[in-house]
Formats: sequence, C-alpha cells, structure tokens
Amino acid sequence: MEEEYGRKTDRCLADSAVKIGTGLGVGIVLSVLFFKRRTWPVAFSAGMGLGMAYSNCQNDFRSPYLLHGHMVKDQ
Amino acid sequence: MLRVCLKGANAAARKCVCGKVAGHPLQHCRGYTSAGNSGVTAGKIVAASLLTVGGGLGGTILYAKWDPKFRANVEKTVPYSDQVFGMTLGAAPVLTLPKKPAKVEALQISSVSETIKESKQPKKEKKAKEAAPEKPPVVEETPAPPPPPPPPPQTIEEASAEAAHILSAIGEVPSVPAPGTSDKAPPAPPAEAAVEPAAGECKECAHEPALKERPAEEVTALLAAKDKAEEDILASLSSHLDETLGSSAKVTLAAIGAQEAALSAIAVHCQKLKEAMDAEGAPDKKSSQWRELEDALGQRSQAVDDAGAALLRAKDELEKLKEVIHVAKGSKIDAARPQVLAAEENLHSMIVDLDKVVGKVQSAQSEAKIVSQYSDLVNEAKAQFQKELDSITPEIKASWKGLAGKLSMDDLNSLIAHAHRRIDQLNRELAEQRVREQIHIETALEQQKLEHQKALEQAVVTALEHNREEMRLEQEKKVEEVREVMEAEMRTQLRRQAAAHTDHLRDVLKVQEQELRSEADETLKNKMQEQETGYRRLTQEQLDAFTLDMNAAYARLKGMEEAIDSHVIAEDEARKAHQLWLSVEALNYTLRTSGADAPTEPLEATAAVVRQSCADNEFAQALASALPGESLSRGIYSEASLRARFQDVRRLARRVALIDETRNSLYQYFLSYMQAALLMEPQQEAPPARLNGDDLNTFKLLSYAYYSMERGDLELAAKLLNQLQGEPRRVAQDWLNEARLTLETRQAVSLLSAYANAVGLGTTQAP
Repeated sequence: MEEEYGRKTDRCLADSAVKIGTGLGVGIVLSVLFFKRRTWPVAFSAGMGLGMAYSNCQNDFRSPYLLHGHMVKDQ
Repeated sequence: MLRVCLKGANAAARKCVCGKVAGHPLQHCRGYTSAGNSGVTAGKIVAASLLTVGGGLGGTILYAKWDPKFRANVEKTVPYSDQVFGMTLGAAPVLTLPKKPAKVEALQISSVSETIKESKQPKKEKKAKEAAPEKPPVVEETPAPPPPPPPPPQTIEEASAEAAHILSAIGEVPSVPAPGTSDKAPPAPPAEAAVEPAAGECKECAHEPALKERPAEEVTALLAAKDKAEEDILASLSSHLDETLGSSAKVTLAAIGAQEAALSAIAVHCQKLKEAMDAEGAPDKKSSQWRELEDALGQRSQAVDDAGAALLRAKDELEKLKEVIHVAKGSKIDAARPQVLAAEENLHSMIVDLDKVVGKVQSAQSEAKIVSQYSDLVNEAKAQFQKELDSITPEIKASWKGLAGKLSMDDLNSLIAHAHRRIDQLNRELAEQRVREQIHIETALEQQKLEHQKALEQAVVTALEHNREEMRLEQEKKVEEVREVMEAEMRTQLRRQAAAHTDHLRDVLKVQEQELRSEADETLKNKMQEQETGYRRLTQEQLDAFTLDMNAAYARLKGMEEAIDSHVIAEDEARKAHQLWLSVEALNYTLRTSGADAPTEPLEATAAVVRQSCADNEFAQALASALPGESLSRGIYSEASLRARFQDVRRLARRVALIDETRNSLYQYFLSYMQAALLMEPQQEAPPARLNGDDLNTFKLLSYAYYSMERGDLELAAKLLNQLQGEPRRVAQDWLNEARLTLETRQAVSLLSAYANAVGLGTTQAP
C-alpha cells in the first residue's frame, strides 16, 4: 500500500506533463493556425491541460473514498 | 617457431624486394637493380642467417645423436625438442649400465687366477722336487702372476682341478691337492718325495681343521690320504724289503757258494794230502803230488779267504735286512706283516744256511787240521826214521831204494839187526803205546768230549737260537694265522651275533608289539567307554540344561515381549511426540527462512507435516489448522522486514495525516505534506499504559508505534496502528495485515511448540 501513493504520484506527474505538454502543443498549433500566433491559445490550452491533469490527479488520489451510488429502481 | 620466423623474415624480405619492384613499375630496371642490390644484401643476410640457423640445428641434432646425455638435457630444457629429435633421430636410447656384470666377471676371473696362483705354490714346490717330465705343464702354469683381462687358455683338466680348488677354497675346506697331483706324478721314485709332502700336507690338513668340525668328505679324504700314505709306505717298505732281500739272498748265496767252494777245496786238499801221505809212488809222482798238494793248499787258503769275505758281506747284508725288517715292524702297518714275516723267514733261513755251511767248513777245517797233524806226525816219524837210518847207515843216501844193489852183507845184516832192534823197539813202543793208547784214547776222548761238548754247546746254542728264531717265526706265523682265523671267526661270530640279535630284536619287537597293541586296545576301550559315558552324561546334562534354559528363555521371552510391547508403545508415543516436536521445529525454522524483504517459504508443507504427526491429537490438530491461510500459501514476513517497512509506512502516514474521507483533494495533500514536513515531534515516544483521547492523533500514534517497534513489540505497534483513521489507516492497512498474519502464525507456532515440548517431556523416560 505504501507504493500506491508513489505510483499515484508518478502517474499524476506523468499525466500532468503529458496533458500540459499536449495542451501547449495544441495551443501552439491553434495559435499558429487559427489565432495568428497569439499567446492566449497556448496559455489557454496549457491551462486546459493543467486543469485536466489536476482534476485527474485529484480523482486518482480520491478514488478509494468515492462512493458509487446505484440507482435502485422501484418495481 | 623458427620456421615461422624464417618465413616471416623471408616474406618481409620478399615484400621488401617485391614492394620496391611493385612500387616503381616504370623504373623497374633501376628499381630492380637498386632493389636487387638491397635484395642481394638482404638475400645475403637472409641466406647467412638461414645457414647459421640450419647449421646450429644440424649440429645440435648430430651431437644429440652422438651423445644421449646432451640429448636428454636439450629435451629437458627446450620444449618440443624431443619431438624434433624423435622425428629426426628416432627414440632416445635407454641408458643402462651394462658394464658392471663384466666387471664382476673380471673380478671372478681374477679371483680364480689368484686361487690358481695360491694353489699352484704347493704344486710348484712338489713339482720342483720331481723330475723333468713335469716341466711343460709347469712352464704353462708359471706365467700366471698378473691376471690378464682375458683369462689364460687352460686345459680342461686344469680348469676342473682349479674349479675343485675354488670350491674347496670358497667352502673353507682345506684343499687336498694330494690326489690331483699324485695322479699326475709318476709312481715309485718320486712316490717317496710325493709321500713326504703329502704327509706334510696331510699334517697341515690335520692341523687346520683341528678346531672345526670336519665334514664327511674331508674325513674320507683324510682317510684316503692316510691309506694312500700307508700304501706308499708299504710299497716303499716292501720294495725296500724285496731289494734288501734280493741283495742279501744273492750275497748269501754267493757266500754259501764260496763256503762250499772252500769246503770242496779243503776236501780236495785233504784228499790230496792223504794221498800224498799214503801213496808210495814214484818220486816224480810224489813231487807232482806234493806240488799239487801245494796248489791245493793255495786254492784252499784262497777259497777260505774268499769264503770268509763272502761271509762278512753276507753278514752285513743280513744285518741290513734285519734293520729294514725292524723299521718295517716299527712302521706298524698290518698289511706289511706277512711280508715282514716272509722276510724274517727268509732271513732266518739264510742265516741258518750260512751257519750250516760255516759249520761244514769248520768241520772240514778241523778234519783238515787232523789230517795235517797226521801228515805232520807221519813226516816227523819219517824224518826220525830217516835220521835213525842215517845214524845207522850214514853213507846211505836219501833214496835208499835205489841202493838195493850197492848194499853189502854187513850193511844188510846191520840193517836187519837194526830192523830187528827197531822192530823190538817198535813192539815195545807199541805195547807201551797200547798201554798209553788207552790213556791217550781216554784223554783224547775226554778232550774230544770236551771239544764235542764245546762244539755241542756251540751247536746247541746256535741250534737253540735257530730254534728260537724258528719258533718265534712260527709263533708269529701262527699268531698271524690265528689272528686271521680269529678275525674270520670273530666276523662270523659277530655276524652270527648280529643275526641272533636281529632275530632276538624281531622276536622282542613282535612281543612288544603285541603287548603294546593289547595295551593300546585296552586303553582305547577304556577311553572310549569313558568318552561314551561322559558323552551320555554330557548330553543328558545338556538336555536338562537346555530344557531349563528353554523354559527360562521362554519365560524371559514372554516378559521381554511384553516389555518390548510396552516399550514399543512408549516409544511410539515418544516417536510421535518427537515427530511432532520435529515438525514443529521445522515449522519454527521455516519462520526464520524469510529474507530481507521476501516472505518466508509457504508453511503449507510443514503445517501438513505437523498435522500428519499429530493426527490423533485434537489440540494439536486445532492448533495446526489455526494457522492463517495466507501464511500457509504465501508465507509470512519477518519482524525485521516489517520493521523496515514500518519506516515507509510511518513516513507516508505522516505525509497523508490530514487526508480522510472528507478531505482528500490535492490541496489537502499539499497541506498534509507541509504539515508532515514542518511538524516537529519526537520520533519515538514510549506509549502509556492507557491511551487517552489526546493520543489518538496520527503523529502520536506513529511515534508510539515506532517506539514499540524499535523495542520489538510488534503486537503493540499493530494495536497502535490499528487506531489510525483515514488515509493513514489505509496506507498502513497492508502493513497491519502482514503484522497480524505474522503475529497469528507466530502465536500458533509457539503454542504448538510448547505443546510438543510438553508432550515430549511427558513421553521421555528418565534413564
């Protein structure tokens, strides 16, 4: 169980790196392609990437405490 | 390797040459010449080096072929040289030492020649005494002194003799060279010379082994030598005897002949004298008779002298013979005795003959004396008559017979008267003579008697001596005969006695045999009976003892069986307990097999064994089955690994101390991390006996747990960690599970081992 924390952290970092990088890349692409090389799409995508990574990380760390409810349909 | 180098050198040289050639194809002439120059010099160098190397190799190989030691050295020092040598020269010769046996042989030969030399010394001495015919072999043998390496050529006889010498010399038996040499020596004259050295050597032989025990051969050799010596002495003696006998016989015969000649001469002389006396023949006849008588007298005297001389010589010879006989008698050799006796007899007979003849001669001489005396008397009477006649008739001359015619009557008458007167005178004288005759005769008889007596005595003495001699000789002869007879008789008697003895022995032996047999039979019978009775008794005893033993043994067996059964049961119990204990120990041991971070081996096998070994024990079964499944299948971690892991758990738990179900965002994670980093609290804290509410925060619990872990109290640590809440609890969950497993397993195992020990103690029997 001790490694779980480490694993999660690794995954989180890797994931965030990927997302941020991808975001950056997409932002660059978009900025280059569509937005006339403005910086704001880069920041935007990178931020999107970061946000997604953060959320993912948090979800990952929270996962043991999440309760999955089931809708019980009354007959 | 050398060839490789050579090849390399050659290649290099060639390259050098060819390179130069290839390098300048246009200027190939010049290049060639220049290359040729350098090639020549290079070639020269190469050739020279090749030559030297080849020469060295060839020289080495040749020298190795000649000197095997050098070859061995080279093979030792230079590797693979033995292969090279093997290829070129063939296998190395085996260095043996064949010279020693030759030396030994030489030594033997020298010893042989030395012994030859030694044994030849006495041989030489003897042979020096002997005559020339021995010289050629002596010459052959003399160049012996330095033993030459090839042995000198020797005849088979000499070699065999020398072999005998060597054997005798080696065996320390004094050599008896007498037989060998006496065989070679020519017999009689050097026999004496051979006898003396043989006797001398025999003496030596006698002296040498006087201290050692003589072997039979030696004794026989000595005896043979002695016999030989005796024989030689005998031969010499007999020869001597024969010689002297012969010579004395000759001389005696000569003497006898001379004596007889003297006798005859004396007889002739007497006869002649008598004739001369008696005969009244013619005067010239008378004168011839008288001359003859003188001749006869001369012959007689000569003969007598000769006889005397011959007698002396004969006497000398007889003396010599006597001496020889005495010596022969002194030598005390039995075989010579008959010869000696014969010689003595001969001597005696010769003496007797001589004496007889001498006696005859003496008697003849005495007769002759008488006759001469008679002749003298007659001559005297005649002279007296002549004187008377002359006194009466002085003018009558000597030969009166021729004067018969011249005589006158007166003369005749006077003559007749004278004659008558003479006759009367003569008658008176005759009567007187007759009267005196008796007296004379008596005196003469007495004289004669005396002389006879003397002669008789003499004769008696000589006869006595002769008789004595004869008697002695006869006695000796008789003694000899008797001795022989006695010997023969003794032999027969002895033989008879021996036969009788053997018969007696046979009988006695037979009787003894029978006696002994009967005795033996008796003893055998007795012994047999004894043995039988003894045997029967023994068997009976044995049977009784046996039945006794059997019963006892049966009883004991029964007892033993019961004891064994009980033992078996007890031992079974003990064995089972032991097995249980062993399996528990094995289980215990497996608990220790955990590595640093690896769990132990799965306890399934050992637990199964434990279950097996306590099949009939419920308690143990329950315990054995109380082991948690995880430990069976996977094994458990050791306390050390748990302790190490606890560190990580503690660190992590501290880092996520703020996280629980309600607070678990990333920000909270960050905060918790900051808290863990900034919070200072003692790492280890001794946990109180009772926990109160303040102690239930993560950090406190962790420090308590750390403290107890460090003190080895896993249980307390687990209990404390069990109080964790939220994420720290989740983080420590695995660790807790492991700790729980370990604790459970350990508890069960310790219970089992305690139980096994108890059971074992119970089942072990005090000695």
